[in-house]
Amino acid sequence: MSWALFIVLAVVTLGGGLAVVASRNIVHAALALLVSLVAVAGVYLLVYAEFLALVQVLIYGGAIVIVLIFAIMLTRNAEYPRTSPNKQWPLAALAALGLLAVLVPAFLINSVRDTEAQNAAFTDIGKSLFTTWAVPFEIASLVLLVALIGAIIIARSGSGEN
Amino acid sequence: MVDLVWFQLLSAALFVIGLYGVLARRSAVLILMSIELMLNAVNINLIAAAAHMEGFGKFNSFDGQLIAIFIITVAAAEVGLALAIVLRMYRNRSTVNVDEINLMKW
Repeated sequence: MSWALFIVLAVVTLGGGLAVVASRNIVHAALALLVSLVAVAGVYLLVYAEFLALVQVLIYGGAIVIVLIFAIMLTRNAEYPRTSPNKQWPLAALAALGLLAVLVPAFLINSVRDTEAQNAAFTDIGKSLFTTWAVPFEIASLVLLVALIGAIIIARSGSGEN
Repeated sequence: MVDLVWFQLLSAALFVIGLYGVLARRSAVLILMSIELMLNAVNINLIAAAAHMEGFGKFNSFDGQLIAIFIITVAAAEVGLALAIVLRMYRNRSTVNVDEINLMKW
């Protein structure tokens, strides 16, 4: 059962990813990204990470894809309906396949001692987040704040320089 | 029961797809989408390892999920900032084609 789910989710994830990098229409690419990200949330459910699956659907599906579609709509021009890969795409494919040829044997040879997938309780995750990981948590909130202020300042209609 | 190595292979494949997208696409927005794919590949790896492996020392087995939460946070910040940069790029050069953004290239 979990194998069938895994195969379906893996196919949808990789198919969506391939559609993102191969689609000619940029809006279709954004929708394919949404499909791929929701399938990744399904993969999280398969390894019992319910909270992460929820966060994935909320933040990636709800926020990041919407922001990307905003970016597409706000910068719409004549080049968008047909976006082709640039001239170095054979080199890019070569680099990608080369990395795959390194990663796959690395994962297959160097197999780790894995146990049966187990659930982690919400309470344990929350306790760990606010004790062991409290400092990275606060730094993450600062990063978000700085990024938002920086985004506002960068995107503000320029006063002075143009 | 799906073994950990299959999740790792899925993650490797998704990362490679994202890498190809970053290197081969012209539009800055499409490059951003490809970066999201790569971040998701890393998250799959972390979360699958968090479920399948035991903790060591003072780290629990599920700490991989917490690192994934931080990655998602940074991804959200990155997308917001990148949207601002893309808008500014479009306003100044009226293109988001990264091949034409060559002002700082020698």
